[in-house]
Amino acid sequence: MANNEIMTINMGPQHPSTHGVLRMVIELDGETILKIDPDIGYLHRGVEKLSEHRTYHQTLPLTDRLDYLAPMSNNLGYILAVEKLLGIDVPERAQTIRIIMTELTRLQSHLVWLACHALDIGAMTVFIYAFREREAIMETYELISGARMTSNFFRAGGLSQDVPAEFEKKVRDFIAEMPGFIDTYEGLLTGNPIWRKRTIGNGIISAEDATDIGITGPALRGSGVNFDLRRDIPYAGYENYTFEVPVGTECDTFDRYKCRLIEMRESCKIVTQAMERLKPGPVLADAPQVCYPAKDSVYNSIEGLIHHFKIASEGYPVPEGEVYMGIEAPKGELGFYLVSDGSSKPYRMRVRPPSFVNLQAIEKMAKGAMLADLVAIIGTLDIVLGEIDR
Amino acid sequence: MADTNRAVEKLQGKFEASILEVTQDRGDWIVTVKKEDIVAVLTFLKQECKFDMLTDVTAIDYLGKAADRFMMVYQLTSVSFKDRLRVKAPVSEANCVIGSATQVYGSAGWLEREVFDLFGIRFDKHPDLRRILMTPDWEGHPLRKDYPLQGPGREPYKGRLS
Repeated sequence: MANNEIMTINMGPQHPSTHGVLRMVIELDGETILKIDPDIGYLHRGVEKLSEHRTYHQTLPLTDRLDYLAPMSNNLGYILAVEKLLGIDVPERAQTIRIIMTELTRLQSHLVWLACHALDIGAMTVFIYAFREREAIMETYELISGARMTSNFFRAGGLSQDVPAEFEKKVRDFIAEMPGFIDTYEGLLTGNPIWRKRTIGNGIISAEDATDIGITGPALRGSGVNFDLRRDIPYAGYENYTFEVPVGTECDTFDRYKCRLIEMRESCKIVTQAMERLKPGPVLADAPQVCYPAKDSVYNSIEGLIHHFKIASEGYPVPEGEVYMGIEAPKGELGFYLVSDGSSKPYRMRVRPPSFVNLQAIEKMAKGAMLADLVAIIGTLDIVLGEIDR
Repeated sequence: MADTNRAVEKLQGKFEASILEVTQDRGDWIVTVKKEDIVAVLTFLKQECKFDMLTDVTAIDYLGKAADRFMMVYQLTSVSFKDRLRVKAPVSEANCVIGSATQVYGSAGWLEREVFDLFGIRFDKHPDLRRILMTPDWEGHPLRKDYPLQGPGREPYKGRLS
């Protein structure tokens, strides 16, 4: 073999560190990556096309299958877009529970990221610990929605139902313990010489490049861009909460790791604030044209039954127009662009997935890196193929 | 709701001839421009109005509803001013091509590939215009309104029989 021969290798789609079904065609000079061409679409289910044939209500369960590690964030983004189209307001209690659940979702998503990222690099213990804590959040999901992952819990106008009595204690107990767990992860990783060697200086992308490629979320903040939609373009009542937005300086994998860990601590603070705001009250807006009637009225009155049947069979018409709603999902900016033609089905629903745009940066970040470091770069971008392929 | 927008005013001064419509929908500002000027408009917005991030590129198929079948949609975000702007440009079916935003924003690369893949709109001067979600040998563009939900050559779904 001649010295200057370029080798083309295939990685994925069935590869444990590609976090799903990501395939990459990599051109190598020795162990150095010259060019990388990600091949996506293995999980394409046509969610955008499907939604054009379903009512606004029936589209909701499609959304929590996008980023299946953060289902409630997806529900929230979609529901906020529908509510913006409809122009309805959400009761205080529903909004507070939404914030609690989306911040727990952020913790859950970051826990899976931390677990898999560390496992990819070779630190197995963190994986076991992080999945233990994730389990507690999944139990909270199950408690309020009946499902561990595909929650389908939010509704246009509020929530599908009120949370059970034990919800508050469960969340309070978890939030009280969580900062201690984060200390454990940090104790295992931050000072660990192998972890530092693998992450410091790995996958560098400058603030300018990151903005140009459209990277959002913790990956953007790790590159030193101070931008968080929760604070800068607030939605769902985030303007009422105080929290810090961590920003990195070195633009590398280690800084993105630190940013995400601080974000987890901040999420705990937001949940604590929200728990204090949680007061009894209605969880569904007084908008009978959109919201399902209470079960009591469905079972005991003919009007309630007709009302329920009308919404279930025909859906509700949504006024003509178009909106874009971007939220700070755990992985970055998740956007829903809805176009309504006045009927009860979306004329067009566009999902702007954070992972799709973030993954685009891999071509730049991996160029010139060693093949073994590619695994760390995929991990630090925190992608989920469910929302990339949609 | 604000009556004026910092970027729209500037844009109206510079590109008066190419702006087709300026509207506001539920607080979002929308500027529709001629497709010939889309690259110039985006360049201006990035350089003069600090819209430093192209958040999303997509399209809408108005089959039988509008003179020009497709509408390109660009969502812009300004990290420094913390606001958004939506730019749209109509594209006809007969001349289904528009200038590529890749010269202005890096994020347009994959986003435009997706529009090409699912809508069949071509992007002039795009460096790597290939299908991205569908396989390379796929026929048709699934998000077009005349593309059947079940895929081509299959009976339409008639609901559960049981």
